[in-house]
Amino acid sequence: MSYFVDENGYYGQFGGAYIPEMLYPNVEELRQNYLKIMQEDSFKKEFDELLKEYVGRPTPLYFAKRLSEKYNTKIYLKREDLCHTGAHKVNNTIGQILMAKKLGKNRIIAETGAGQHGVATATVCALMGIECVVYMGEIDIARQAPNVARMKMLGATVVPALSGSRTLKDATNEAIRDWINNPVDTHYIIGSVVGPHPYPDMVAKFQSVISEEIKWQLKEKEGKENPDYVVACVGGGSNAAGAFYHYLDEKEVGLIAVEAAGLGVDSGESAATSVLGNEGVIHGSKTLLMQTKDGQIIEPYSISAGLDYPGVGPLHAHLCESKRAEFISITDDEAMQAGLELCELEGIIPAIESSHALAVFKQKEFKKDDVVVLNLSGRGDKDLNTYIKYFKL
Amino acid sequence: MNRINKKLQEDKKLLSIYFTAGYPKLNDTVEVIESLEKSGVDFIEIGLPFSDPLADGPTIQASSTAALENGMTTEVLFNQLKDIRKTVSIPLIIMGYFNPMMQYGVEAFCKKCEEIGIDGLIIPDLPVQDYNENYKAIFEKYGIINVFLITPQTSDERIRFIDSISNGFIYMVSSAGVTGAKDSFGNTQETYFDRIASMNLNAPQVIGFGISNAETFQQATSKAKGAIIGSAFVNYITDKGIDKIPDFITTIR
Ligand SMILES: Cc1ncc(COP(=O)(O)O)c(C=O)c1O
Repeated sequence: MSYFVDENGYYGQFGGAYIPEMLYPNVEELRQNYLKIMQEDSFKKEFDELLKEYVGRPTPLYFAKRLSEKYNTKIYLKREDLCHTGAHKVNNTIGQILMAKKLGKNRIIAETGAGQHGVATATVCALMGIECVVYMGEIDIARQAPNVARMKMLGATVVPALSGSRTLKDATNEAIRDWINNPVDTHYIIGSVVGPHPYPDMVAKFQSVISEEIKWQLKEKEGKENPDYVVACVGGGSNAAGAFYHYLDEKEVGLIAVEAAGLGVDSGESAATSVLGNEGVIHGSKTLLMQTKDGQIIEPYSISAGLDYPGVGPLHAHLCESKRAEFISITDDEAMQAGLELCELEGIIPAIESSHALAVFKQKEFKKDDVVVLNLSGRGDKDLNTYIKYFKL
Repeated sequence: MNRINKKLQEDKKLLSIYFTAGYPKLNDTVEVIESLEKSGVDFIEIGLPFSDPLADGPTIQASSTAALENGMTTEVLFNQLKDIRKTVSIPLIIMGYFNPMMQYGVEAFCKKCEEIGIDGLIIPDLPVQDYNENYKAIFEKYGIINVFLITPQTSDERIRFIDSISNGFIYMVSSAGVTGAKDSFGNTQETYFDRIASMNLNAPQVIGFGISNAETFQQATSKAKGAIIGSAFVNYITDKGIDKIPDFITTIR
């Protein structure tokens, strides 16, 4: 079985490009060019250089000694939290801004939920001197004021999405509508491995630097490239796609995808798509999504804005259905405790998204000599308010 | 012969109206359809509301959200329409996004349409290729016409392909953009209308998106077989109520 995209843009039965005809030329232009551009020497050179000099790659693969002792296994943290702007999101925005330049686009649009992808997009637009418009749900704008301010300082225009539930899925709709209205000069920098083909594949490829580094770093530390497990949280699935990418065909590496259960999978306030979702079409992709039996998309819930998405990317839908990856769900409470535990044991304040991945150790027992690589997708600065409220700090 | 094809053969310019089913009130659907036919409209697009209508502007987003809040579902719509052919004879088309149809089951959906007397479907986010490979046979089995969209950015080659698989009309999106009312069309639109007219396509073209009044209707139908009014009509019934539908139609032609 292949876990990579096929020539029609599908992962097994999932994927494709379910877009209105108005978007066909844009998406087709990207589809025809993205692989070619990514293989150009000038592109690779600039991408690698920016990841090194600007983002600060390679990010460390850090052996978490005290956490390992506590759970009686060998835990490595892939420190994406140390990337410039504080999360893995920037790997993708660097790649896509270079792609946009190659395609001759002079205006960038993006959607954002928590604001991490919006900040990462505004950052690369400032770096390249390109106009940037970020769509953000009106409700998220109110909840994530510091990231809104960061985007503004970086020169981006933040447009409130006023439709529907006024959160991430609606911000994505608004970005897509903007692209329909501006089909020639604009590139849409999507923030995860979601959307119509070729986005899921392109974003996964830009994020795949994560597992590319894990391989040689683990070789240095453990004398082997393959860990027993790779663990990552899944919102749309980009950090997980990057951490899994070079291990997809390595059968002995267990892949664990962690979703947000919110207040509990059966509480009605959850974002555990693999459990609650079924096949459908969202944002141009056939994938697993949370919906009513009539096919109306359900608004998810998680304490973590970055995991608060009603679907997963088509790669993850395929990994789930084919059982290549194990999907587990973690509640708000479990995640918050795991986040605090990392602070206390390792002196690292994780993003609440990443805290969900960290809670895996409470739910699943690993063997003493298992090597577990956990992708620490982001740092917790952006979540300070939520931590303060939750722990009454 | 399908009612759409028959209508397209009439020697006149066609006026079509889009509205969202279940809006303004859940049970307005049938009354809106009957009133439109009585007012002289040539065919109707019944919008099946979707939570995430990404090809639509603010007006139809709002009417869709309201209709869903009113309780509209696929099942409810089919129930409302079950006797529609007792009173209405003009072509009826359902316009909606793919996900609700997929959940109902594409075959079950088409079968139900045939039973009720729905003549065609417009599904903006169902790709042409996907339709052609996976669903064409089903649509044909139940005699349902699928209507494809083209836009000013669609290449001639692709337009020819779309024309070759169209068995009703081609929906010409007037300009690069989502749905929404415009007061007039500029040179870009005229050039595009002329370009398509000069292609001598097999399928007649009906222009939609941005048609709002007598002027835009006139501009569009001077180059195409017909035109579709959506947002402007939805705005009108929002303001004036569905009793005033005939007044709106008389302002158009
Ligand atoms: C730190 C962090 N981790 C994870 C995510 C979830 O996104 P994805 O599943 O695409 O990695 C986000 C999204 O905002 C994030 O900010």
